[in-house]
Amino acid sequence: MNEHMPLKQLSIFLENRPGSLRPPICALAEEGIDILTLSLADTTEFGILRLIVQDWDKGRRVLEQAGWVVTVSEVVAVGVADRPGGLAEVLAVLEGAGLDIEYLYAFALRDEDKAFLIFRFDDPARATSVLRGHGLHVLDITDLLRGSA
Amino acid sequence: MLKERWNDTAGGFHPASASDYLPEPHLREVQLRRLRAVVSRAYEHVELFRTRLQERGLTPAAIERLEDIQQLPFTVKADLRDTYPFGLFASPMSDVVRLHASSGTTGKPIVVAYTRDDVEVWSEVMARTLACCTLHRGDILQNAFGYGLFTGGLGAHYGAEALGATVIPISGGNSDRQIMLIRDFGVSALCCTPSYFMHLIERANDLGVDLRKLPLRVGIFGAEPWSDAMRGHIEPATGIRAFDIYGLSEITGPGVASECSAQDGLHVFEDHFYPEIIDPDTGAALPDGEEGELVLTTLSKQAMPMIRYRTRDITAILREPCSCGRSIRRIRRIGRRCDDMFIIRGVNVFPSQVEAALLTVEGTLPHYQIILTREHGLDQITVEVEVTAEVFSDKVRALEDVRARIAHAIEHILGIRVGLRLVEPRSIERSQGKARRVIDRRNA
Repeated sequence: MNEHMPLKQLSIFLENRPGSLRPPICALAEEGIDILTLSLADTTEFGILRLIVQDWDKGRRVLEQAGWVVTVSEVVAVGVADRPGGLAEVLAVLEGAGLDIEYLYAFALRDEDKAFLIFRFDDPARATSVLRGHGLHVLDITDLLRGSA
Repeated sequence: MLKERWNDTAGGFHPASASDYLPEPHLREVQLRRLRAVVSRAYEHVELFRTRLQERGLTPAAIERLEDIQQLPFTVKADLRDTYPFGLFASPMSDVVRLHASSGTTGKPIVVAYTRDDVEVWSEVMARTLACCTLHRGDILQNAFGYGLFTGGLGAHYGAEALGATVIPISGGNSDRQIMLIRDFGVSALCCTPSYFMHLIERANDLGVDLRKLPLRVGIFGAEPWSDAMRGHIEPATGIRAFDIYGLSEITGPGVASECSAQDGLHVFEDHFYPEIIDPDTGAALPDGEEGELVLTTLSKQAMPMIRYRTRDITAILREPCSCGRSIRRIRRIGRRCDDMFIIRGVNVFPSQVEAALLTVEGTLPHYQIILTREHGLDQITVEVEVTAEVFSDKVRALEDVRARIAHAIEHILGIRVGLRLVEPRSIERSQGKARRVIDRRNA
């Protein structure tokens, strides 16, 4: 197994109003930063945009320079087969180990029948070792870019 | 004696500062002599004042002791508006060398005038102000108060020159250039409004300039109220000592009172500006130590004497001797003005209370705005607070928790429900001068 690099996620604060999502996305686009996946958590008042980008450090610099407050957090990406029960298996492992999921989002690559789950845990290192211990594929950014699970 | 005081802990000593140390009996004597002269001058040349005295059956001869000032009528801001533009002048225009005016946000501006002697006194009290803030010859002062009709810029400028410091007349605005000069010129002191300095801190951070590593050692902040909590934020973040100064155009501009190295109240240059504290509701004079509205009388002003001018600022006179050794009395830092206060659902609220509450919550910066609205006949107060890197989290729960903690802190102090909205960083307009904290849309 290759040296595993923890997967970094960028988050920024957005107000819950029309038009607030476009500027940060445009800022990234202008600098040629590719977004692999994203999730938008929203409340009535505000939203939190979470992004997995190709080069998180550059992405953070671009967003900060454009005036956003950015936090970088470590998330855990798991690759599963895109079929019924794929997610359930992973959840069973996590439950068995008593790992709390803060939040998760997912994306699938249709032509490869692969799905990727992005988990946020309080202790990503422990979660990673538990998942690996059960033979699941924990991916880093290179894996995600290759789209191979 | 002079040499001993030079640049000691009490602040750089300048000959002009000698009056800061006058023995009390001598000081009272100077005040009484000047008070009698200024009352006579106003009586002779200002119609409004003469009429008011006559209505009360008074003449300037009524002033025999300092306490007799309490018989005199107050002057209020409306008097300046009603006599716009030159109705309160006590000098002919041929003796007036300078005019300043307020922005006039609530109607006509108010106009103030200075003779050559007035400008000299103003320079002297501003030199004393800067000396109080530990400045001396050799310091490089970047003056980011606005130059122009506003008294801040020119007041600080003349004071710095009188002190013998080097002054950079940069005026307000253009933050990147401000930061460049602070760095490149080795600026040791900066004066501006506290809210503008907060903006400069932010901008310096963006530009990767660490203010703590620069020679900048003193900040002189005035023209709007700011809190000790804000000082607690500014000083460690920048490595400077932050001093509060006080003044108002009607009296002279900046230079009425200043903090000293003790940072415990502001010394009033009372040989030129006589302070009283009154009950704002009844107008009755209050003893030293009690809180009320500050009333000032210009003891040496020629072009536009102000007799018992009601400042609308709430403070108290501190009689205890100051550890810096100055004998002139101090006033407590001004946290609020009668005018700033707004009433919501029957509760009196000052923006400074909201700021104090905000600063109790860790990681929040005082970038906030208070918005008053009326929905179905009921007043609503919403506080908008910018999210900072310190409080931002990728977890909804953590952010909701921050929001609730801030709301709770404000509600705890005000005793009423407030709406609290977290807003994007830098979405609240930054002022180049005085910050606009309250937006009242109740009658919109």
